[in-house]
Amino acid sequence: MTFLTFLISGISLGSIYAIIALGYTMVYGIAKMLNFAHGDVIMVGAYICFYATSRFNLPAVVGVLLAVVVCTILGIIIERLAYKPLRAAPLLAVLITAIGVSYFLQNAALLLWSSSPKVFPPVISNGNLSLFGGQLNIPYITLVTILACIVIMIVLVWFTSKTKMGKAMRACSEDKGAAQLMGINVNGTISLTFAIGSGLAAIAGVLLCSAYPTLVPTTGAMPGIKAFTAAVFGGIGSIPGAMIGGILLGIIEIFTKAYISTQLSDPIVFAVLILVLIVRPAGLLGKQIREKV
Amino acid sequence: MKNRIRWNKTTRNNYITYAVVLLAFVVMQILSSGGILSSTLKGMLVPICAYVVMAISLNLTVGVLGELSLGHAGFMSVGAFTGVTAVIALRPYVSSAPVLLIVGMVVGAFFAAVIGFLIGIPVLRLKGDYLAIVTLAFGEIIKGIFNNLYVGLDKTGLHVSLLSDKTDLAEGGKLVISGPMGLGSIPKVATFPVGVLLVIVALIIIFHLVNSRSGRAIMAVRDNRIAAESIGVNVTKYKLMAFTVSAALAGAAGTLFATNYTTLVANKFDFNASILILVFVVLGGLGNMLGSILAATALTILPEALREFSDYRMLVYAIVLILVMLATNNDTFKSFLSRLKPGRKQKKKEVG
Repeated sequence: MTFLTFLISGISLGSIYAIIALGYTMVYGIAKMLNFAHGDVIMVGAYICFYATSRFNLPAVVGVLLAVVVCTILGIIIERLAYKPLRAAPLLAVLITAIGVSYFLQNAALLLWSSSPKVFPPVISNGNLSLFGGQLNIPYITLVTILACIVIMIVLVWFTSKTKMGKAMRACSEDKGAAQLMGINVNGTISLTFAIGSGLAAIAGVLLCSAYPTLVPTTGAMPGIKAFTAAVFGGIGSIPGAMIGGILLGIIEIFTKAYISTQLSDPIVFAVLILVLIVRPAGLLGKQIREKV
Repeated sequence: MKNRIRWNKTTRNNYITYAVVLLAFVVMQILSSGGILSSTLKGMLVPICAYVVMAISLNLTVGVLGELSLGHAGFMSVGAFTGVTAVIALRPYVSSAPVLLIVGMVVGAFFAAVIGFLIGIPVLRLKGDYLAIVTLAFGEIIKGIFNNLYVGLDKTGLHVSLLSDKTDLAEGGKLVISGPMGLGSIPKVATFPVGVLLVIVALIIIFHLVNSRSGRAIMAVRDNRIAAESIGVNVTKYKLMAFTVSAALAGAAGTLFATNYTTLVANKFDFNASILILVFVVLGGLGNMLGSILAATALTILPEALREFSDYRMLVYAIVLILVMLATNNDTFKSFLSRLKPGRKQKKKEVG
């Protein structure tokens, strides 16, 4: 039973990574940039929800929705002000700008909300689902996290494969020039991608802080890096890849913590990542693109 | 004027770089002996040297080899921990502090080079962002290992253990690296002249490498890997060469950096440290060593210079960073700037 408990909490942690990784992978797919500020959008989302529910006593649902709306707008603003002027610039310049935005968000949060840790109130009532006569207890938040991840995944796959905007998104990620010639609004599509990614980041922030309830301005940094590796693990640019990568990363992390060593869990997770990339250089579900000369 | 020595552009730029470093050294020495230099700035001289070496060595990987590395601080960490261990172990036998430091830096550079070589073999098969993510992962692994490493020193030699202190030191032995507490009681042997010496040595090594046959092969790999391979350039060999040299220099810089403090933890060399060095390189210009030196110096001093803004300084730093990137890379902004200077020749648009 302990094995099953670890597996479920691994899937739950992995689901959070997966939701964050989706934001990374969608933005990378379309803008070919590593958006390092993504982890800090998570933190902003968590703070918005925290203030909405514990200071203004709004219901949790309103808090989550507010966080999603604020982060979506924040994502669009960041894209317009910092990334859009650099559309034609070298990739490294965009990367450094993204790092600048990340520093900016962290330090703005430090000034606005101070560095003292906030205890995040649970958005879902504490409690467990007991199975097998109390042998297996699953917290409700774990169930909600996994459920949210599945729902988001299904909606996103449907969105990118069936709707016109989703198809435009895929077209832009394959060839921006050709997409523009077909009458697709490329700038609008990129903004939309940032908006969706940032909205997802807000949900991930709320779920992350519900499971690990300490909130500081650097909360988003480490999960951000791990989700980023998860996106690469699964094959960056691929939506199901981000999902599988995130969940596998979560399971590996919880299992190493449980069975090998708590202190060495991060090094082991990253070592597994390196091994996978050596065997499959484009990630688990990434497309192997042959170079043509 | 036929007798005038004619240097080509590269040689001239290299000599300008050396001259700038030496001039900065002389000016700083005069200022500090005259007592004009504030104590904060004085304390920053050695870290500036270390960051300059970090920046130019990363520039070798990113600018000359053309591979993005997000784990350069990992090599700095290896250099810091092994170099300081060597300094502490050899302290009873070597009386002169600069010699001790130089030996430490050589040891640090050696271990960083070995690690760089070992990691380079599998990693350099990957390309672009995948290489970047693996170097990031490597930096985190190094950090995690040093956070759990215990190294003790006694009469019988060095004792190493992982996870918990199982070193079983003899009488009079002491712990050099104590897990999450990191390095303790480091002898403060780092001095500004040795720091500048390291910068000069690093520059000599990099300039000679870049201007050699190997250097041209490395740049050929950067510009077009397939073309380089088809004319017989051994891609893996030259990539590994650049990567290992870069790691070795970072290791030496790590030792220099560490011996400027009395205690140092592994968390100092995290992802943010790697990113900071990458920012120096990109702001200074890829492949431009003088640019890296100036950017590293300016950006190390900037947070201190902004101290009067106290709480807002890191915010200002972030805004400055974003604005500089926008100003140097946006066409609209560039043409706006060039319009401000009338009569200036319209530059031909660079082909990206």
